[in-house]
Amino acid sequence: MRDQAPVLLRGVSYAYGEGELRRPVLRAVDLTVGPGEIVLLTGPSGSGKTTLLTLIGALRAMQEGSAAVLGRELMGADEAARVALRRRIGFIFQHHNLLGFLTARQNVAMALELDPALRERERLARAGAMLEAVGLGAHADRVPAQLSGGQRQRVAVARALAGSPGLVLADEPTAALDRASGGEVVRLLRDLARSRGVPILMVTHDPRILDIADRVVALEDGRIVAAHAGAADRGGPPPLSAAAARG
Amino acid sequence: MNEIAAAPKLLPWAPERTGEVPPAAAGGLAPDGRGGGPGWTRSLALPLRLAWRQLRAERARLFSALAGVMFACVLVFMQLGFRAALFESATSLLSAMRAELFLMHPLTTASFRPEPLPRARAFQTLALPEVAQAVPVYMAQVSWRNPETGARRMIQLVGFDMEAGAMRFPGLEAVAEALKRPDTVAFDLRSRPEFGDIPGLLARAGGAPLKVEAGNREVEVVGLVEIGASFGADGNMIANEVNFRRLVPQRRASNTDLVALRLVPGADPRAVQARLREILPRDVAVLTHEELVAHERRYWEEATPIGFIFGFGSAMGLIVGMVIVYQILFSDIAAHLREYATLKAMGYSDGYLVRVVMGAALILAGLGFVPGAALSAALYGLVGEATYLPLGMTPGRAVLVFGLIFAMCAAAGLLAVRKLRDANPADMF
Repeated sequence: MRDQAPVLLRGVSYAYGEGELRRPVLRAVDLTVGPGEIVLLTGPSGSGKTTLLTLIGALRAMQEGSAAVLGRELMGADEAARVALRRRIGFIFQHHNLLGFLTARQNVAMALELDPALRERERLARAGAMLEAVGLGAHADRVPAQLSGGQRQRVAVARALAGSPGLVLADEPTAALDRASGGEVVRLLRDLARSRGVPILMVTHDPRILDIADRVVALEDGRIVAAHAGAADRGGPPPLSAAAARG
Repeated sequence: MNEIAAAPKLLPWAPERTGEVPPAAAGGLAPDGRGGGPGWTRSLALPLRLAWRQLRAERARLFSALAGVMFACVLVFMQLGFRAALFESATSLLSAMRAELFLMHPLTTASFRPEPLPRARAFQTLALPEVAQAVPVYMAQVSWRNPETGARRMIQLVGFDMEAGAMRFPGLEAVAEALKRPDTVAFDLRSRPEFGDIPGLLARAGGAPLKVEAGNREVEVVGLVEIGASFGADGNMIANEVNFRRLVPQRRASNTDLVALRLVPGADPRAVQARLREILPRDVAVLTHEELVAHERRYWEEATPIGFIFGFGSAMGLIVGMVIVYQILFSDIAAHLREYATLKAMGYSDGYLVRVVMGAALILAGLGFVPGAALSAALYGLVGEATYLPLGMTPGRAVLVFGLIFAMCAAAGLLAVRKLRDANPADMF
């Protein structure tokens, strides 16, 4: 059962710098994200949560411990193996990071261009469908400059999910948004991920969105200090916003 | 039934419609595991398309990049054009000679500055039955007074036997008979205009003799031939052997400058050349026509700074173009660093992004070359008219310049690619 977990960290430590300047940021972190689980990672800045996210996202080489992500061991994995793993992870950043010269549809299709089996028409159709799912079907041919902040982040959500990832990693996706659109974006993300059974690991400072989590993990000074169940109940009825999106 | 069949087509996992967790989602998690498919489209066409979309998005930047490539293109075309024109014009006189073998003094470096060789060598070659004719050719720089302004300028005088048929300038046959008269010359109509408008004067004279001063003698221009000015000679005129000696009295009749050997039909020039080298003393070099032209060319290429100057000019053009293209590509990457890092986080490899940047470089090369080549062709026409040099676009040079521009943009791309290292997705969070 544990082997099936999309994210399975054991004794992960990480330090920046060398010699006397060596500054540990993660100390023997154990973390498991189960299939379909939505886990929020909180903690003060400097607590190491971003480093942890970049290690799980295969953006950084491991130093110590063991990290199995989507069945791949990251300890000692080379750049090519990490690039291959990243293709199976959906990333959502603090800023939307959309390519300004591409339309929303083309931006989402970028997540599919790595799949050689797909034809262009198929890519665009899937990208369009994904934009429909985030409620932007009517804006598919606009460039990011013609979209509002919340809409852009929704395009980023669509891009992260378009490649049918096995895991979604999000880094404060609401930080650049106002309260209303921020809540809308994370609930949309939660609903879409949940309907696909995709687990989410999200770093956030935003107390307003803690309710979407199955579990909240607090990190302090490189150690996990507290983990408690989130407000959301996976078996319960969907929240209002999700119902509205489906209607 | 219909619903089940239609839904996968539209959206295979369409779970938001049914509310179910699709089992297919788990199967689609490993796209990297799939092999096959049109590999080249993924590895080349898609990066190229991304590069084009990025270039297209910023018109001003695109056009300044294209202007830079065009500039380099025109500069290189002009430099190489001048270089080729120099070599071509420098050898135009020799190219016009119709003979299989030539005798030259071994120390002659260039035809406009010949070392004399004994005229007797010409007749010695007739000992071989393969040699049909040996025609001495005399060359000298003499002064010419412009009949309109009186200004003096050095002109190249070429003397030879008109009837031997060793030369084939256009117009030669028409004036050959008149050139037999004493103190007559034929003027090269492609000489520089500083020698005077001789074709115009001849036309206006309407048959009356046109007298000019050349080599401190009064000579009559009896007609026009076409040879072409060169870097070594601003203009040319031809005369027969006797008139050549009248114009250049200080030259000894026993010396000549070049001997054109015409062989009997069917003779092998290489064999005759080898034979002549055996029987002639070491004071003459026996050259084939190609060797003679190549010798003259080599002088301009190696013994003068001119060939180097044009090569240097071309290199400067390429460097300036490269810097411009590098600047454009670099600022494109710098402006999109965050997006490039995002692409890396999404699983795009460094190699893919390198292909995007190189694709942009090569698009600029292609798009800049076409108008650059067209502009150069137009400039060749204009400058060729002004300088009387044989400038013209040749397919070979177009291919060469395209290769250089391509290499220039590729080098700029390789320099700019280093900036991609800054697009580190680990710094994105």
